[in-house]
Amino acid sequence: MGGEVVEAWGPGLALVPSLAAAALIPLSARAPALREAWSLLASVAQAAVVLSMVPGAAAGVVLETTLVELAPGVPLVLRADALGCVFAALASGLWVLTTVYSIGYVRGLHEHAQTRYFFCFALSLFAAVGVAFAGNLLTFFLFYEILTLATYPLVAHKETPAAVQAGRMYLAYTLTAGVALLAATAWLQILVGTVEFRPGGILGEAVPPATLWPLLGLFVLGVGVKAALMPLHSWLPVAMIAPTPVSALLHAVAVVKAGVFGVVRVLGYVVGPELLGGLGAWSAVAWLAAATILAGSLLALAQDNLKRLLAFSTVSQLSYVVLGVALGTPSGVVGGIQHIVNHGVTKITLFFCAGAIYVATGKERVSQLAGIGRRMPVTMGVFAVAALGLAGLPPASGFLSKWYLIRGALEAGQWPFVLVWLASSLLNLAYFLPIIISAFFRRSGEAEGVTEAPATLLVPLVVTGAASVLLGVAPGAFLSLASRAAHDILGGILP
Amino acid sequence: MLLDHLPPLLPVVPLLAALLLPPVGAVRRGLVHPLAAGAGAATAILALLALRRVLAEGVIHYHVGGWEPPWGIELVLDHLSAFTAVAVSGVGALALLYAGPAAGAEVRGREASFFGLALLLLASLLGMIVTGDLFNLFVFLEVASISSYALVATGDGRAPLAAFRYIVLGTVGASLYLLGVGHLYLMTGTLNMADLADRLPALASSRVLAVAVGFLVIGLGIKMGLFPLHGWLPDAYTYAPPAVTALIAPIATKAAAYALARILFSVLGVHRALTEVPLMTLLAWAGAVAIVAGGVLAIRQNDLRRLLAYSSVSQMGYIVLGIGLANRPALIGAYLHILNHAMMKGCLFFAAGAAAARLGGPALADLRWMHRRMPLTTACVIVAALSMIGVPPTGGFFSKWYLLVGAVEGGQPVLAGVILVGGLLAAVYMFRVLEHACLVRREEGDHGPAPPSGRSEASPGMLVPLLALGLGILAVGIWNAPIVSGVLRFAAPAGLR
Repeated sequence: MGGEVVEAWGPGLALVPSLAAAALIPLSARAPALREAWSLLASVAQAAVVLSMVPGAAAGVVLETTLVELAPGVPLVLRADALGCVFAALASGLWVLTTVYSIGYVRGLHEHAQTRYFFCFALSLFAAVGVAFAGNLLTFFLFYEILTLATYPLVAHKETPAAVQAGRMYLAYTLTAGVALLAATAWLQILVGTVEFRPGGILGEAVPPATLWPLLGLFVLGVGVKAALMPLHSWLPVAMIAPTPVSALLHAVAVVKAGVFGVVRVLGYVVGPELLGGLGAWSAVAWLAAATILAGSLLALAQDNLKRLLAFSTVSQLSYVVLGVALGTPSGVVGGIQHIVNHGVTKITLFFCAGAIYVATGKERVSQLAGIGRRMPVTMGVFAVAALGLAGLPPASGFLSKWYLIRGALEAGQWPFVLVWLASSLLNLAYFLPIIISAFFRRSGEAEGVTEAPATLLVPLVVTGAASVLLGVAPGAFLSLASRAAHDILGGILP
Repeated sequence: MLLDHLPPLLPVVPLLAALLLPPVGAVRRGLVHPLAAGAGAATAILALLALRRVLAEGVIHYHVGGWEPPWGIELVLDHLSAFTAVAVSGVGALALLYAGPAAGAEVRGREASFFGLALLLLASLLGMIVTGDLFNLFVFLEVASISSYALVATGDGRAPLAAFRYIVLGTVGASLYLLGVGHLYLMTGTLNMADLADRLPALASSRVLAVAVGFLVIGLGIKMGLFPLHGWLPDAYTYAPPAVTALIAPIATKAAAYALARILFSVLGVHRALTEVPLMTLLAWAGAVAIVAGGVLAIRQNDLRRLLAYSSVSQMGYIVLGIGLANRPALIGAYLHILNHAMMKGCLFFAAGAAAARLGGPALADLRWMHRRMPLTTACVIVAALSMIGVPPTGGFFSKWYLLVGAVEGGQPVLAGVILVGGLLAAVYMFRVLEHACLVRREEGDHGPAPPSGRSEASPGMLVPLLALGLGILAVGIWNAPIVSGVLRFAAPAGLR
């Protein structure tokens, strides 16, 4: 997958901490302190292993671990290439903070079934790293399905009728998508004899358009549900019934990013930009994404529940990534991949804020937040920075990826997409500004006696907020990873 | 040397043990179950030895009593029969182990005859698998069926009625099979499979052959519960004692499925004989109908065992679909599914029996708090359910993967779609089970009723076989590639794509 491939233990090792934690957590059910220690330890270890591979990947050295054979001729192979490292580093890095946050959250609310909660969390992160490093489609599918099933109990966590119903809907969407992906994988295996990811794609010119279109359709359905591409997005707002740390890490970062990451993998490493360009399929995917960007933002405007608002905002922002990559220009691809990180860090901050407000006040509706900024100045201050960042205003990192994305659209000569992004920014402001203004400048008796959330909640949200600013000021490592990945994908067709 | 007689030993060891049980039971009742379980384990070890030998030395032909075929009875151990023998005897041995603590009150005082029948069933299933003779196969099929009828009838309440229904339909199946064999004998004058395979191509366009094959397929279709010939199956599985269902459900239908594949590929040699009827296409579509119909029916059930019974109807459809597609990947998938389905259905029926004993009933609603009270059993149910749905890395995913590749390679997108939709149907009915077993319905803002204090996990004698199957499902999934490239690749008839 680009550059020099070296057989090494690294990518396989990255899976070990979370899997070990998943085994140890149920055994420590009676000792909550020990149980949470395993989570924390695993998240730190996983982040360390993943981050240690980042410099090499940015320089074009791809580490590869081959485990068992999944089927004759199709190995379970893990490769830490630049694109994979972007997603793995994002998910693992944020897992550390989310673990701290989770401990504060579930204890603060005296949640039931905490062992199951931490077990599923560890398993989800195991799957997310597997998705990031999967070296072929079958390996990708394996971890993609584990991710679906490991997150289901977290969606249904509350076990109320509404939560059970949300869990069913979640499964219906994601398992159906899995079936489409599996069909595409089997078809590919017969069609070209391999399901390996290769930069620039594996579908040669031998494949006629009459086959390519349905195949592409299956792929888009397969990865589009998790990427919340409209009209496949309905599960995401419903899944917000999950505890807030779950919404924060899994439904703003790990699961949905696995979807857009899948879009990038499939378009860039299976179908290939050359073939897509020839078909005009680029623009089909691009327009679907553009429609999702606008519709998601418009729907966000209409929400009163803060988490649902954030979910629709996620729907919209995810398609930034899809549109950027679908543009097929260097800046567009770099911007799209960068936005995976920038949106992830920024959106998790917003969810952390929403959760902190809920723990401190029990409120989860936008209309109840008047005056809350005076009581919880740190939380709402961070919220304001992150929200403005999503709208593309400095100092948070959103402006940077948006800059690349708009440049990408101009490089492609597609100025309508520039307008789409500008319109979306305005809509972002339209739904975030009223929250910020009423939180700081309106008075309300309801917020009396409220103080900031405990430190286990406050520290992670300050850290992610700071990280989001830092990524804007000094994008460094992630920018070089994104450029490397863009170079891998487009290498074949760049002049 | 004793091991030169591996093919006859496979049925003979459990048969001898079955005969020994009544006198032993008369002396000491406590010895009956250990002896039966020991005989099951010995049979499984022999099957593994047989498979090892086939892998090392190739196909073993054994002439009973030294009589050369086609006059004498020939037993054949090749890759397919050795593999199926391992699957059937392995799961069968675990079911026998499980049956001891599970049988409980229903068989008190009748242990010797109960386990005698169970061993007789195992012996005759293995006989069906190793035989190279069509009539001999009929005899074993009947012995297996009769012991199954008797075992089902040991239950109380509605079990005798279910057994009667099973007898009626099972006898129809056996008669049809016998009619088919009779036709073949009249046409060719032989009953030996290899001998028949030599003579049948000359009769390829014969109407009589078509009729004979029709009888054989429908007869075996009844025995394996192929939709819409499955009428006996749901009641028999639901009302039989848990120990009996745990034994019959995983392995009995598999032996019939094996017999179907054996006759189609080793006797008829599908590509050479029978040009009159598009038999394989019909079979493939029958399998597809079974997958969907069984799945839809399973969704509507509220009794766990009945739900699992309809799930069996659906899963047998996968095996028949693979046989009907008749290309290499599809057959590999079908054969692998014989093993996978035996393991996951065994696992689920073991768990259903344990849950019924501990939680008070077989209805889905009775499973409330199962995850707290029986955590290990619940873990096994989750693994088996994921395998049923076809989630990697469980075994069930990989049999579906090969079937899917086979369907795509065979240019059958609709059948490929059915394979995938069947997985979604399985997701619906298995998640109904998991919802009841793992989620406690709570009200908004309520942290729920206090969980019941204390665990009541199944007794070790039931838990060990259950865990063995749960781990086995994962192991077969993770290491399916060696099984496929080492064994099953050779089980598909030569000359296929």
